[in-house]
Amino acid sequence: MKQLVKLSVASLLVVGALAVQAGTLADVQAKGNVTCGVSKGLAGFSAADSAGNWTGIDVDVCRAVAAAVLGDATAVTFVPLTAKERFTALQSGEIDMLSRNTTWTITRDASLGLNFAGVNYYDGQGFMVKSSLGISSAMELGGAAVCIQAGTTTELNLADWGKQNGIAYTSVVSDTNAQTRSNYDAGRCDVLTTDASGLYSIRAQTNDPSEHVVLPEIISKEPLGPVVRQGDDQWFNIVRWSLNAMITAEEIGVTSATVDVVTNNPERERLMGRSGNTHEHVGLSSDWTYNIIKQVGNYAESFERNIGLNTPIGIARGVNALWSNGGILYSPPFR
Amino acid sequence: MAVYEQQELRKPPISQVGIVRWLRVNLFSSRVNIGLTLAALYMLYIIIPPLLNWTIFDANFNFGEFSIFGFEFGEVMATNTNCGRSAACWPFIYEKFDMFIYGFYPRDLVWRVDSVFAMTAMLFVIVRLVRNRKGSAKILLTTFVVFPIVSFYLIAGGVFGLEEVKTHQWGGLTLTLVIASVGILVSFPIGILLALGRQSNLRVISFFSTIYIEFIRAVPLITILFMASFVLPLFFTGGVDFDKLLRALIAITLFQAAYFAEVVRGGLQAIPTGQYEAADAIGLNYVQKNALIVLPQALKISIPNLVGSSISLFKDTTLVLIIGLMDMLAMVNMTANDINWLGRETEGFVFVTMTMWIFLYSMSRYSKKLEVRFSTDHKN
Repeated sequence: MKQLVKLSVASLLVVGALAVQAGTLADVQAKGNVTCGVSKGLAGFSAADSAGNWTGIDVDVCRAVAAAVLGDATAVTFVPLTAKERFTALQSGEIDMLSRNTTWTITRDASLGLNFAGVNYYDGQGFMVKSSLGISSAMELGGAAVCIQAGTTTELNLADWGKQNGIAYTSVVSDTNAQTRSNYDAGRCDVLTTDASGLYSIRAQTNDPSEHVVLPEIISKEPLGPVVRQGDDQWFNIVRWSLNAMITAEEIGVTSATVDVVTNNPERERLMGRSGNTHEHVGLSSDWTYNIIKQVGNYAESFERNIGLNTPIGIARGVNALWSNGGILYSPPFR
Repeated sequence: MAVYEQQELRKPPISQVGIVRWLRVNLFSSRVNIGLTLAALYMLYIIIPPLLNWTIFDANFNFGEFSIFGFEFGEVMATNTNCGRSAACWPFIYEKFDMFIYGFYPRDLVWRVDSVFAMTAMLFVIVRLVRNRKGSAKILLTTFVVFPIVSFYLIAGGVFGLEEVKTHQWGGLTLTLVIASVGILVSFPIGILLALGRQSNLRVISFFSTIYIEFIRAVPLITILFMASFVLPLFFTGGVDFDKLLRALIAITLFQAAYFAEVVRGGLQAIPTGQYEAADAIGLNYVQKNALIVLPQALKISIPNLVGSSISLFKDTTLVLIIGLMDMLAMVNMTANDINWLGRETEGFVFVTMTMWIFLYSMSRYSKKLEVRFSTDHKN
């Protein structure tokens, strides 16, 4: 009996030790890099260039966290993940954070043991048609054939939207993104629907992008953002405020080029950690925000570099503009 | 006396010689065959010209400037925008070649992967040189034990001052070859043991071998890969970093071992009982009997099936892309999502197909050679 009690106490202790994991911050500092789950290739969000270096706005969030925590934006281990395995990888501790065009929904936030640390891109499902059709609104799409990818929320959103607006359509379903695109190219459908960011990148891959228009209607909300494990508030704060630092920097007008200039703008000096003690609250050194802006840039720089109008993808800021510029991008203050 | 002169031989009718006869016999021998031939010709007519146009005549081969003996050739390398969309853009493959071959392997360290490729080529030379020499078995055995270890440490690093390259940085053809060769080499001995186990007179061993083989063969590889990559980690929460590639390798090895076991069992069953009895009669023990008498014969007749099984494993390695390993096929999507080279999947797929074909066809030819070399049949 005594033996049995001893054994159960011991096993309880083991279980307890497993539940209270070491803080992610301490882990990351000990191993010297941030392990970040990214997509297996999504243009402008996370993809590798010819030399194998990762770029994209999702990738930049990982780099910002690495710059904040370790002072080196290149100290990131990128783990390409499929959509199916991304949450398991985070739950099991294989990655420290997930930045993989993941839509923030209540189910994911509340039931998977995960926390969304913010939104780095407000996406939403849209439509693209050939401009020769002369359509200017999705409301004119009655009876159209719609190219769509199977088994995605896109399919469900479209069904909801069609029912709501009394628009009948036939769907041309295919399995992969590339296939959807080739269906649309070959004229098997009149309309292509997917997330707006995807529409722009598909448009960039056509022979003549000016022959296609993206319609103004957005029929779903797809806020994409970085995700961390639940139960480690310090790490959650670091990821959330690393992203917020990039957004606030744009708002104040600090770029990677002007970050070294010392001004008498108190808000700016506070953000850069040159006055105040905000860094103590997140548990990092006082130059954490400086490192983010210096090495990664502010949100606008990241956006324009990866998916902005001057890139082949060519997405306008739209809702992803700052709140002060007519968008909905808004960071709580650094105070 | 009459003088007989040899008359000149008459030529056979034109319909019975040369190409005409060949055509008549092989392509136009009956109405059905005439129909099939015409249908096939029409299909070729439809497929071949556009294919050639896409891959060669209309394709872009503008790989950039190069100089031979100081003479400049070519012009500035094509970019995604001026490469054209109606035909192949081969500069894309040229630009992304390293991605397809090495994946994320650090570019200043790829000489290590290259030397493994070179060593693999040398392996074939060594096998040729020591063949039929005295002590060749020892040399070969040592080579086949040392070579995988050296290759592994060359690619993975972390010893002898070689910088460590984490497995998630392995990718492209390198990863495909690592998975295929580990899968084949490690599962082969396990497969032999399982086959012997299934044939064993010891009930327990034969029972468990049979259960294992039948269980694995009844489950698709995809399921096993999913189990290994999504379910296993949930048991190992709390900091145990159980490498993703290692999990996939274990899954593939366990899977392939069951198939090899069945192939080898087929070989074992083809050996006449007399061989077993003869081995017993001269007093060989179990190990000697199998190693000296049974297995050499069984494996020899199994060669075609062993190679067939290996080829299908090689092809199955592309399944690892669904568990997030960046093999050569996964690189197609990755490279076609670089914002500077958007939408070049087709070229990527064609390149991967051709590379796969080269490897698999070589394997199949090599197996033909092995069969001939080991053949001890009486030939007329």
